[in-house]
Amino acid sequence: MMSGKDTGYHAVAWKEPIIYQLGRKSRRGYRVPTVEDEIAAQIGDVARLIPANMRRKEPPKLPELSEPEVVRHYIRLSQQTYGVDSGIHIHGTCTMKYSPKVNEMIARSPKIADLHPLQPVETVQGVLKVMFDFGRWLCEISGMDAFSLQPRGGAHAVFCNARIIRAYHRSNGEDRNEIITTVLSHPCNAGSPSAAGFRIVTLYPNEETGYPDIEALKAAVGRQTAGLMMTDPYDTGVFDGNIEEYIKIVHEAGGLVAIDQANANSILGRLRIGDIGADLCHFNLHKSFSTPHGSTGPGSAAIGVKKELSEFLPIPTVEFNGSRYYLDYNRPHSIGKAGEFYGVVPNVLKAYAWMMMMGAEGLREASEVAVLNNNYLIKRLLEVRGVSLPWRDAHPFRLQEARFSLEKMMEETGIGIADVNRRIVDFGLQDMETSHEPWIIPEPFTPEPPETTTKEDLDRFVEVLHTISQEAYTSPSIVKTAPHNAAISNIDRSPSTDSNRWAMTWRAYLKKRRNDQQ
Amino acid sequence: MQTHPYIPNSGPEIKKEMLEAIGVKSAEELFVDIPEKLRFKGSLRLPHCSSELEVRRHLDALLSRNEASGTLLSFLGAGCWPHYVPAVCEEINSRSEFLTAYAGDVYSDLGRYQALFEFQSMLGDLIGMDVVSLPWYDWASVAGDAARMAVVATGRHELLVPRTISPERLSVLRGYSEGLADIKLIKNNCESGQLNLEDVEAQISSDTAAVYIENPTYHGVVEAQGEEISRLVHNHGALFIVGVEPLSLGVLTPPGEYGADIVCGEGQPLGMHLSFGGSLLGFLACRDTEQLVSAVPHRLITLTTTGEKDQWGFTYVLPQRTMFAAREKARSLTGTGTALWAITAAVYMSLLGPQGMRELAEAIVQKSYYAMKRISEIDGLKVPVFDSFHFQEFTVNFDSARKTVRDINEALLKSGIVGGKDITAEFPELGNTGLYCVTEIHSKTDIDRLAAALEETLQ
Repeated sequence: MMSGKDTGYHAVAWKEPIIYQLGRKSRRGYRVPTVEDEIAAQIGDVARLIPANMRRKEPPKLPELSEPEVVRHYIRLSQQTYGVDSGIHIHGTCTMKYSPKVNEMIARSPKIADLHPLQPVETVQGVLKVMFDFGRWLCEISGMDAFSLQPRGGAHAVFCNARIIRAYHRSNGEDRNEIITTVLSHPCNAGSPSAAGFRIVTLYPNEETGYPDIEALKAAVGRQTAGLMMTDPYDTGVFDGNIEEYIKIVHEAGGLVAIDQANANSILGRLRIGDIGADLCHFNLHKSFSTPHGSTGPGSAAIGVKKELSEFLPIPTVEFNGSRYYLDYNRPHSIGKAGEFYGVVPNVLKAYAWMMMMGAEGLREASEVAVLNNNYLIKRLLEVRGVSLPWRDAHPFRLQEARFSLEKMMEETGIGIADVNRRIVDFGLQDMETSHEPWIIPEPFTPEPPETTTKEDLDRFVEVLHTISQEAYTSPSIVKTAPHNAAISNIDRSPSTDSNRWAMTWRAYLKKRRNDQQ
Repeated sequence: MQTHPYIPNSGPEIKKEMLEAIGVKSAEELFVDIPEKLRFKGSLRLPHCSSELEVRRHLDALLSRNEASGTLLSFLGAGCWPHYVPAVCEEINSRSEFLTAYAGDVYSDLGRYQALFEFQSMLGDLIGMDVVSLPWYDWASVAGDAARMAVVATGRHELLVPRTISPERLSVLRGYSEGLADIKLIKNNCESGQLNLEDVEAQISSDTAAVYIENPTYHGVVEAQGEEISRLVHNHGALFIVGVEPLSLGVLTPPGEYGADIVCGEGQPLGMHLSFGGSLLGFLACRDTEQLVSAVPHRLITLTTTGEKDQWGFTYVLPQRTMFAAREKARSLTGTGTALWAITAAVYMSLLGPQGMRELAEAIVQKSYYAMKRISEIDGLKVPVFDSFHFQEFTVNFDSARKTVRDINEALLKSGIVGGKDITAEFPELGNTGLYCVTEIHSKTDIDRLAAALEETLQ
């Protein structure tokens, strides 16, 4: 009888306490720099300077730990976290490529770490040149005319692009208030323009082609249309082949087109969205350009626009006057500041270093191998019982990733993606990306094997899914009761929706527990 | 082409093997989805691929054109403050598991969830709030989120913001709240630099969604009227939003104790480098009510239990509320935020502990007060402009010096000193004024050197 434990893997299981349960009174992990005696003598007691009602009565109730305890605690927590460097990491929609170590070394240099953003420009010429050159490179890759590196992530990039679209129409004396998107686009293509105040119209894919019909878009556009904001290629790995036609239709209606190319891995050096007529686009440096995902940030995104829209880019832009780089704030039509200062500069530096390591030929090679990996994976995954690929007939080959369905497995065994995702952890893999909502593909999963994945890893991934499928069809309880080899199991998810029991801080937890006990 | 060190399947043999398995002759066939006429036929004009050594040499030479703290003595703050970063912070945020993880669920990423829950918890104790979310881009962006939450919670569309707000932050906030809320500026008291309560009373109404204050203000002034403002705001059925610099809370009353409904602020001082302004994290917190929690745009992690005794689990709270699931209905942004910095901030707060936080804040006060004292001894300078308790930053007025702040800063730079930010254009009512920042990293020698250089420049 199989127990489910025999997978050749077990997670590190430390049963690590919450940090508040560690340490003891009067321990410390850091010695504050000494204040010189002369200063202390001249200034004296600090409390005396502070208005009485603003003096903190009790120090914050933080834990008290020595330095070695802090280090051990967080090292243990890191050991219970699954990074790209930990194992097979093909979480889709995220382009989890390897982040080269040399880039980290460069970005952590005091020559960048210790730079203040308001230093005189003559003291920051090096970093400004990096930002300027990187922007030019992105223009070359995208076919756009100008870039801003200010957005902090994909959602922010789409938000900035939505604001540029509004500023453009306003400058023409028009107040167009509708953005059209497609349901298979990243959710920010609907969410970000909505946050910017637009009404959203969503187009659904044709059952055969996997993308919306031309007629659907024609019916949706009008004088209210500010623009089309959509992802291409999609997270289904399908390239929306109507794109050129869409652009024409939206332009004829007086709208602009912004293409989300957060996951550009399959098109680097092969397709320039600016050449096809898009007015705006964005890239995520933490996806296609290798900067690490940082446990969900800091990311960095870059927005690119055509010449006619460059006056609307966020301030400041980085410019070069032939002898000197400078920050240009004198841009009266700009949408203003996108965020404080200039963006996630260390990530720009990492992406710059990565581009140098790749070169033009390396970018093309990356996209070729990413697509090769993906199609190899598709071929082999479709041999797994219960797995299917929607729109397979229309699109047998996919670009950077593919969205599969376990609908058949669910029907035949009662095992769906939630179960498989708990079970896959038992094999030393990470749970898979399912799908952004709404799930128009039932029981979805979306692996994306970037160019940094080995063939051996792809084979191993398929083998694991074969095993789980077999379990689903023969001993489903193993899958149902998974995980068996993770650090923990059987999480009680009910506080998620129960305000009497959720606790987002230790202090809230202690209060609610006290209330329970009374 | 040689196989690329980052691309394991780039050799001809392995490619052939994979292509055969797929059943195609060349990889080009796999791109069939992209219509032929849309494809880019040229070759990109980009640098040729380099070796690691070449990349390092190139960037080292480029970055050497910067002048950082090794060569310059800087007194800049204004939203990005210089502090010492303990080595442990770098050790933990360099751990490749944290550095390279992303979006796994709790069973594969337990440690990430716990570290982030601990960030939420320790920050909550520092600011005196029960609900803290995963952090977002910067202080300005979370001030925007706070405004959005207030609009959702009250159904009102006006936001009162102090005239003394950081202009950088105000510009971002305007972008965030365009089409959502009208921003009205509240005057400050000219002598104290604190909020003018009469102007709050004059402007607050049943349209006011929230009143936002900053503590300390952009000018370093500690706002001591929190309780009065809170009463005033709540009497009008509006929400009270407080933006804070976190290290000040080692000695100052936390906003949770003077009535804040929503708290936001900049977490960069909690273990992040300056990085040319590129290592910011905005934190967002609120009271523990269903109404406010449902309006938080970012992920929230709750502590929970598992089947086993003494074992902790974690899960997301109300996951359907965010943009991921609600798309346009969320009317707010979320996504990749600044989690690595949250983990770093957790490490920082646990290293300092309750006593360290207090001692550090005291050290910053003593050093900045010493700097104010030294500079005020120079003839004709008014330091600070406002008569209030200051934390870390303070204004220096040069009106009687017959030189502009820009000229003075240029002269200081010749002695290797970066003077305070010139805020003359931002706040013309303050005259010819610079905003100086002094923290624990500045020694007495540094401060004396600044005072001497200023004196020399002004002679």
